[in-house]
Amino acid sequence: MKFSDKFEARFTEMLTHYPTQRSVLVPTLLYAQDEVGYLSDEVILELAERLALSELDVRNVISYYSMLTTKPRGKFNVQVCTNIACMLRGGEELLEHCERKLGVGNKGTTKDGMFTLEEVECIGACSWAPAVQVNYDFHENLTPEKMDEVLEQYRNKAAR
Amino acid sequence: MADLVSHPDEVKVVSKRFGQGATNIDRYLELDGYKAVQKALTMQPDEIINLVKNSGLRGRGGAGFNTGLKWSFVPKQSAKPKYILCNGDESEPGTCKDRLIFEHDPHAIIEGVMIAGLAVGSQTGYIYVRGEYRYLLEIVQKAIADAYAKGFLGKNIFGSGKTFDIYWHGGAGAYEVGEESALMESLEGKRGIPRIRPPFPAVVGLWGGPTVINNAETLASVPHILLGGPEWYANLGTPKNGGTRLFCLGGNVAKPGVYELPMGYNLKKMIYDVGGGIPNGRKLKGVVPGGSSVAILTPDEIDVAMDFDSVLKAGSMLGSGGVVILDDTACIVKFALRTTKFYKHESCGWCIPCREGTDWLEKTLTRFHAGGGVKKDIDNMYYLSENMLGRTFCPLGDAAAMPIMAFVKKFRKEFEDHLDGKPCPFEKAGRAQEPVLA
Ligand SMILES: Cc1cc2nc3c(=O)[nH]c(=O)nc-3n(C[C@H](O)[C@H](O)[C@H](O)COP(=O)(O)O)c2cc1C
Ligand code: SF4
Ligand code: FES
Repeated sequence: MKFSDKFEARFTEMLTHYPTQRSVLVPTLLYAQDEVGYLSDEVILELAERLALSELDVRNVISYYSMLTTKPRGKFNVQVCTNIACMLRGGEELLEHCERKLGVGNKGTTKDGMFTLEEVECIGACSWAPAVQVNYDFHENLTPEKMDEVLEQYRNKAAR
Repeated sequence: MADLVSHPDEVKVVSKRFGQGATNIDRYLELDGYKAVQKALTMQPDEIINLVKNSGLRGRGGAGFNTGLKWSFVPKQSAKPKYILCNGDESEPGTCKDRLIFEHDPHAIIEGVMIAGLAVGSQTGYIYVRGEYRYLLEIVQKAIADAYAKGFLGKNIFGSGKTFDIYWHGGAGAYEVGEESALMESLEGKRGIPRIRPPFPAVVGLWGGPTVINNAETLASVPHILLGGPEWYANLGTPKNGGTRLFCLGGNVAKPGVYELPMGYNLKKMIYDVGGGIPNGRKLKGVVPGGSSVAILTPDEIDVAMDFDSVLKAGSMLGSGGVVILDDTACIVKFALRTTKFYKHESCGWCIPCREGTDWLEKTLTRFHAGGGVKKDIDNMYYLSENMLGRTFCPLGDAAAMPIMAFVKKFRKEFEDHLDGKPCPFEKAGRAQEPVLA
């Protein structure tokens, strides 16, 4: 299993941060997912072996954290917050708009593999609601029109 | 990235360096950076603790415990290493303030962690940043590296002979992990299931060592208190509620944003003067004053000082600083349902009252909002919530129950208006059934 040099350097460094090596697990899973796209069987076995944990133990941890996934996602994960502050400012309508635009429901991926849509809980953008995160980037104070521009922006990014 | 706002009533302490380029360590130094920790190095641990205690600083994570007092619970002697753990899991719906501190003033958090370490005799700190805040984790990583490069962290800090290390840590999506004992589990590489207390983290925490857990805003306040003095800080607020607080105004308000206001600032003024009131000619229906976990206040309950004790007296809690404002177009049943859905999703499932209670509430509210409610559901929801209170291993169970009790108690009529198969009186267009391709 090959990760990037940056991943390996970070992994090695992180091991020195804690008295127990399994402490690196949660952030490492997320970094691995960012490189591979999802937590494949191969990734899980590799990390379990490196940290001397059982595969089951690692899967147990994965299933707890909402950002971690064992299924492939689209290139861009469009995460629409519908929690209270966003709901009051049109978060649900924004989600519906995305469903229509992308032709997929919650956790669905477009046929071209470009976008996955996900309804998420509060992402810490409540004063700039409604808000969406695409992968790690925040888009705030959105309207359906602005959302179209955001999606277009990512389409163009992928085309480049 | 997030827009900054300002209002003349603001008193900028924690937000003083926002927008000033203070992520750059040299700029931070120009802005009095790392002076407070150098001052702390000249003080005795007990002096630091007493100073923070007397400043009236109370935890900004939600519970509002006196910070100096919390530090004083850490045993002086310990066979195991002691730790400082900065809680940057910020996920309480309505709350988006720690984000700004990490974005604009990460060194203040580092300094706060160091001062806490000197106060309790710890040599190691961790800064936990929620997984969604990747760009902030990167800012923290760089800030820590820059502090090491200057020799501010590591061995012999500021020539004192003392050692202090700080490490970053990232989450991967979990509200419950913000609960202090679940946070430690997460940092140890496990599922975020809380621990039974006692023992409290101050005595048995990370890897069994005494651990101080504080919110990011709490820690970022500490350097200012050291430099400005406890009297100055205490006098900014109200008795026993020192200083200022970052309030996150959100929902149906004209000027949403994060404002730093003195503790005890009047809630009505906060909504109408600072926040510019309710837009679109609408009227206020209610306000959730401290994140989604607290009881809603009705318009006739908002003439209240926003400090921990006054809001508690008014029947709610100051909580996390998230102030969510609802206008008269908002449906309370739907709001209750969305709130419950969240807690059901986040419940770790350990305690039966929390796991089953949130599930049952969600099912009832879903049916109720869809017009399938019966009259006895209303009392049942209240009764069920009441019975979740205080019967769980961590406060998430209370957080799920308290808002529902307040919704039912204060807005009973709105629940009744949903009875007998009536469609929700607030519902606009129905939700699209099938996604339509664009
Ligand atoms: C379910 C739950 C979630 C919490 N989430 C957070 C959080 O995201 N950030 C935080 O600082 N405190 C959170 N807390 C409070 C912490 O348990 C803890 O009290 C706090 O971090 C202590 O710091 P303070 O004294 O500086 O407030 C949460 C508590 C509960 C019960
Ligand atoms: S109250 Fe809920 S979240 Fe907290 S320990 Fe119990 S089941 Fe888990
Ligand atoms: S409620 Fe949507 S970002 Fe907080």
